[in-house]
Amino acid sequence: MRLIPDRLVGEEVRHVKYVLMFIETEQFEKDLAAMGADERDRAIAKVGRWLAEHQGRITNRGAKLQPAHTATTVRLDRAAEPLVTDGPYVEGKEVISGFLEVDVADLDEAIAMVRSWPGCPVVEIRPVEG
Amino acid sequence: MSDAQEALARAVREHAGRLAAALVNLLGDFSAAEDLVQDAVETALRRWPEEGVPERPDAWLFTVARRRGLDVLRREATYRAKLAQLTWPVLPEPDDRLRLVFTCCHPALPREAQVALTLRVVCGLTTAQIAAAFVVPETTVAQRITRAKRKIADAGIPYRIPRGEELPSRVHEVLTVIYLLFNEGYLATAGEQAHRRDLVDDAEWLAALLHGLMPDEPEAGGLLALIRLHRARTAARFDADGRIVLLADQDRALWNHGAIADAVRLLTRTAQRHLSPGPYQLQAAIVACHAEAPRWEETDWEQIVILYDMLLLLAPSAVTRLHRAIAVRHAQGPGVAMAELDQLGDALDRYGLFHATRAEFLRELGRQDEAQEADRRALEQTENPAQQALLEERLTWA
Repeated sequence: MRLIPDRLVGEEVRHVKYVLMFIETEQFEKDLAAMGADERDRAIAKVGRWLAEHQGRITNRGAKLQPAHTATTVRLDRAAEPLVTDGPYVEGKEVISGFLEVDVADLDEAIAMVRSWPGCPVVEIRPVEG
Repeated sequence: MSDAQEALARAVREHAGRLAAALVNLLGDFSAAEDLVQDAVETALRRWPEEGVPERPDAWLFTVARRRGLDVLRREATYRAKLAQLTWPVLPEPDDRLRLVFTCCHPALPREAQVALTLRVVCGLTTAQIAAAFVVPETTVAQRITRAKRKIADAGIPYRIPRGEELPSRVHEVLTVIYLLFNEGYLATAGEQAHRRDLVDDAEWLAALLHGLMPDEPEAGGLLALIRLHRARTAARFDADGRIVLLADQDRALWNHGAIADAVRLLTRTAQRHLSPGPYQLQAAIVACHAEAPRWEETDWEQIVILYDMLLLLAPSAVTRLHRAIAVRHAQGPGVAMAELDQLGDALDRYGLFHATRAEFLRELGRQDEAQEADRRALEQTENPAQQALLEERLTWA
């Protein structure tokens, strides 16, 4: 049960794990490709600072993924053999480019973290089960 | 609605949210607390019409909720223990409903769920009443609420007042929900539905609650003033046949001028105290310009244009620019106004009101053929005449 008011239970007792899924768009990729080396370095440094700033809340589970063209999808929801195809599970203009697990008090804390995320333009927040 | 029903609605509204807040604090479980309150409210709506509203409605609701909780939460030993120890009164804090409001209006919930939850948890409406107000099946509302409560628990949506830099956007979210409720009720047709709770009442009540609990939030005062300014002229909005009367044609003697003066005072006080104009304060100021004009011809259109300029600075929107163009039409004539409209064609091409306004301006400029073409476009974009009337009415006050 997570909905415990501050007054009754100290905040340090509450923990929820969320996975932040980082999603890149075509436009973001284009912008990144159009950057000069200096500009790209600065962008990467910003992300590095963000990660350092939130170090205490980021678990060791997480990774930056290889680009979408490296993805392979296997569909098992078929009567016949599993179907192996090239590409991410949804063909679209938005693809997951990485994920992090964070350990925070509640959804608002996760949202507050994501608000200042300096990288890709879309982030999905999902609680981890259990 | 009869007086007795109104008294009943008032009593429920005043106490259901407080009870919900107290039970969430006690149980630490939003969903369970909310179920108990809903059950108590339904029991009250069944019994109070026959037995009368009890002397202490809060204690009555509390007792029913507590008994019900001991009954249904049989397996939840900790809840039972907490409830068993509980005696009336349970409200040590002056008012804890603000946390309820922020949880119900959390941006991670879909808009319809925010609305339904706020009505049910904070205002004490039943699922059936919400369904009737929005003309959707009861099961739809029930489902929205169930899903929202599950998300609150599973996604870890907190039960607290947002802090620091989160606060402004979260307050905005709450104000949006209240304003949406108000519009839903205000734009509904005048048809008498005895069992239907007036959403306008709930919206005003919520705005007053928010204003009372967040005195440092100027937009809460702005929204309350806006709602009251609209309500103050309710009596003149419909003719004997229930048709909407446009602002220009309304009998201003029917307006509640005392209520208008009160709302203007509230708005002025809010604006002067905070010196932080926001979209609701500005909209209220625009409505105040209309409400204070003794006659349509004496409307202070120059002032209205300035207010629209400020509003557009804070909240740019093509629809607001359309309304501004209408004010410009009255302040500076159709030529200038037409030039403004010409810039909005792309954004508002599918908006009936845009074409209707254009037709009006073109006609005044003697461009008959173009006016007819605009009329045709307006008609295309409008599904039914009643809706058009509503659109037009919004056009003239805004």
